[in-house]
Amino acid sequence: MVTITVDGLEITVPRRTRLLQACLDNGIYIPNLCYLEGMDQPPASCRLCLVEIEGRPGPVPSCSLEVEAGMVVHTNTDEVQKLQKMAFRLLVCTNEGQCRMCMANKRCELQRIAKFLHMPLRTKRLRHLPKDLPEVIEDHPCIVYEPNKCVLCGRCVYVCAQQGNDFSLSFANRGFNTVISFFGSQNEGQGDACLDCQACVDICPVGALNLKDDRRRHLRKMAAKAKARG
Amino acid sequence: MNQNPTPSEQLDRLRQPAKESWHALQDSDVPVIYVGHATCGRAAGSQETIEGFEQALADKGIAAEIRTVGCLGHCYAEPLVIIHYPGFPPLMYQKIGAGEARVLVNSFLQAGEDPCFEYLLGALEPNEMFPTLMDYPRYLYEKRVIMAHCGRIDPENIDHYLALDGYQALAKALEQGGQWVVDEVKAAHLRGRGGAGFPAGIKWEIARHAEKQPKVVICNGDEGDPGAYMDRTLMESNPHQVLEGLAIAALAVGAERAILYIRAEYPLAVRTIQQAIYAAREKKLLGDHILGTDFSLDISIFQGSGAFVCGEETALIQSVEGHRGMPQYRPPYPAVEGLDGLPTVINNVKTLATVPAIISKGSDWFKTIGTEKTPGTAIFSVVGEVEYPGLVEVPMGVSLEHLIYEVCGGIKDGKPFKAVQIGGPSGGCLPESELGTAIDFDSLKQAGAMMGSGGMVVMNADACMVEVARYFVDFTQKESCGKCTFCRIGTRHLLAILEDFTKGVGSDDDLQELKSLSEGIIKGSLCSLGKTAPNPVLTTLKFFPDEYLAHIHEQRCPAMMCRALTAFYIDLEACARGCDACVACCPTEAIFTTSNRKKAIDQEKCVKCGECVYACPPEYDAVRRVSPPGMIPDQGIKPLVETKEEQ
Ligand SMILES: Cc1cc2nc3c(=O)[nH]c(=O)nc-3n(C[C@H](O)[C@H](O)[C@H](O)COP(=O)(O)O)c2cc1C
Ligand code: SF4
Ligand code: SF4
Ligand code: SF4
Ligand code: SF4
Ligand code: SF4
Ligand code: FES
Repeated sequence: MVTITVDGLEITVPRRTRLLQACLDNGIYIPNLCYLEGMDQPPASCRLCLVEIEGRPGPVPSCSLEVEAGMVVHTNTDEVQKLQKMAFRLLVCTNEGQCRMCMANKRCELQRIAKFLHMPLRTKRLRHLPKDLPEVIEDHPCIVYEPNKCVLCGRCVYVCAQQGNDFSLSFANRGFNTVISFFGSQNEGQGDACLDCQACVDICPVGALNLKDDRRRHLRKMAAKAKARG
Repeated sequence: MNQNPTPSEQLDRLRQPAKESWHALQDSDVPVIYVGHATCGRAAGSQETIEGFEQALADKGIAAEIRTVGCLGHCYAEPLVIIHYPGFPPLMYQKIGAGEARVLVNSFLQAGEDPCFEYLLGALEPNEMFPTLMDYPRYLYEKRVIMAHCGRIDPENIDHYLALDGYQALAKALEQGGQWVVDEVKAAHLRGRGGAGFPAGIKWEIARHAEKQPKVVICNGDEGDPGAYMDRTLMESNPHQVLEGLAIAALAVGAERAILYIRAEYPLAVRTIQQAIYAAREKKLLGDHILGTDFSLDISIFQGSGAFVCGEETALIQSVEGHRGMPQYRPPYPAVEGLDGLPTVINNVKTLATVPAIISKGSDWFKTIGTEKTPGTAIFSVVGEVEYPGLVEVPMGVSLEHLIYEVCGGIKDGKPFKAVQIGGPSGGCLPESELGTAIDFDSLKQAGAMMGSGGMVVMNADACMVEVARYFVDFTQKESCGKCTFCRIGTRHLLAILEDFTKGVGSDDDLQELKSLSEGIIKGSLCSLGKTAPNPVLTTLKFFPDEYLAHIHEQRCPAMMCRALTAFYIDLEACARGCDACVACCPTEAIFTTSNRKKAIDQEKCVKCGECVYACPPEYDAVRRVSPPGMIPDQGIKPLVETKEEQ
């Protein structure tokens, strides 16, 4: 076991635990999107789980560090908060933040982070900048993908590979227009690449991946509500 | 064991015939024509040059040898030709196309009379008759360690390299052993030339002492910086020097496998290296039991498919493993856990190409070049507004001013210098006041720029710094792998703000946001692509704040480069009656005839291409450019109303 200090609190966790996991297990929340328990090499891509460690330069992603005896960690320094807020603003600016209409409403990880950081889900400081892509991508037989809601956390890609399905779900494009893509699912002869396990849909922390059937039902419900409101 | 020949003895056997054939070529009794035939030479038309020589020689029935060599780095002068005519020193000629080749054959090679001074750049050796290249500052100030043989030897002929003491360092390393090599490279304080400047010897030592086996070495020839081509030049012009360095690195870390990662857009480099690997294997300089020792090295080429980010070492490893090239969090560093989890040393082409010289001549010799903290030389590809653009190799520590003004001949057409952008797309833009900065990893970084892989763009007063920043950010945001939040989305916002600025749209708040986003991206990004992408923004903001303010407060582009903020008009005083040189060049037919039979521009139709500026004859020089567009004076222009008789 290893003992570390987080925000003045001493916690003791098994050796080789990831710092983020150690904090979460002990009731200390640090915003995070791309990390999943059990990951061999966390992608460290969302850049939300930053913390400062005494004696080390700059904020570091806590998901990618293992605890070390005597570590003194600060999860809420000005520098950390500034960067977390900036990352959050960047993440929400591709979407209009229309939570009321979204299938992930009330269970969305971004909403949780917004509450934690005291940030609105619609940023005023940065312009609304949707990706240069269709609003909805429907080339998978039964899953729909909404690029502007996607935070590119890569959880879906990871769990898909965990199912033993190495190349069905992957990142595509570069830069700002990076998306996830169901390779093979739309190609003839490889139609069975996707296992239809829905693991990706279940793991998505936001409302970017959904079953087509569910979404259809949801849209109908929304339309009915809107009509009822007049 | 004792009766086995040592590696040096083995090498000597190979070198004997190589030296003989090399000397035979040097002392040839027929003229030898060397044509620079690397990618740069080919782009300038060296294939036609070769054919021109062949034709002309055949027509005249003259016996001469034509040899293709690599690149000398004098891109402004391509196609470059060296002619060694018996009785003359080797002479270097510039800009030799097929026509010039024929003239050279007819007047020089045929009779040995007129050596065609008009094309002559200089002689390669001191002599009585001709100015030597050493008389030019370019040659005088350059210090060639890495590129010493580039452009002088035939890259496809391993004997040329062997004759010039090639593979001697490998033989020495084999005799002295891996640890000695590590110590020597550490003592030489060789810093990686791929950008970060990490000491190669330390990296090798870490991998050498890493537990896991086997180990891998990778030569990073991805070279994704736009406009940078020194690694390509080395691979094309002297492939064996790179291979020798790679083999020595493998020996030093105890690797059995070596990979050359070369981008597929470099087909000639791939071919040249491949051919060199075959040739070296045949002579037992690579492959199994190198030079009769127990050391074997499996060496192969991996062709990258041209993503800038794949030059980053962890992304490079991902791509070799067959994944999408996305950088990974470090630690673990590749030297501990790299390709397939094995200890992996990745070094840049130039780093490896420096190694043979260090091993042959010793670390003490190496440390006499350059600075204390960064010994050795730096290779830059200098492009933009200098007299002599091209590849230059200078000792580390010389000033930017020296490099631009002495070595590269200063600013083209005597125009004033404005800025130099160093370090590739994520380098910084330095103004005149920073020209005293020494060229080395630490000084450049301190100034806000970086060594990068050695791209350098020199700009004159016609360059708009806001547009320059926009241009580079556009590149990096497109090349971002899309993995992490700050780089993927942050750089896109930088671009959006800068695009607005170039159109005169923006506020002080935007300026503030530009700065704070830049700082956030630097701190928050995962890999160095994101961590350095804001450099062009921050340096231009720091050194050229007035230009930003002019764009957003006055809708004025001081360099008159941003189209939305400039306009063209024709000065009626200067315009010549009856001349219509500008009319035909205008792509949108915006130029019309005025009532006094001069010309004017219809602002509604003008797309600001600037063609008319060049079309107007210099004696009139009547087209003016202004910024902001509202500066066009009222000249009381009326279009000509054509009457029946005139038609
Ligand atoms: C975005 C990016 C692109 C890079 N491109 C190259 C490259 O094209 N060639 C190269 O040698 N190093 C490149 N590097 C640096 C490598 O990651 C690595 O540091 C280098 O190859 C190590 O070799 P060295 O120690 O000999 O410099 C790049 C780094 C980044 C962040
Ligand atoms: S994904 Fe989350 S933040 Fe985005 S609209 Fe849906 S609920 Fe709101
Ligand atoms: S679709 Fe969902 S799980 Fe997949 S990367 Fe996007 S946000 Fe993450
Ligand atoms: S900084 Fe950019 S290139 Fe590097 S990992 Fe992040 S998104 Fe990819
Ligand atoms: S700038 Fe171009 S479009 Fe405008 S008048 Fe001149 S040639 Fe025509
Ligand atoms: S080319 Fe120059 S001088 Fe001739 S008509 Fe045009 S503006 Fe006038
Ligand atoms: S959870 Fe650590 S970077 Fe995303």
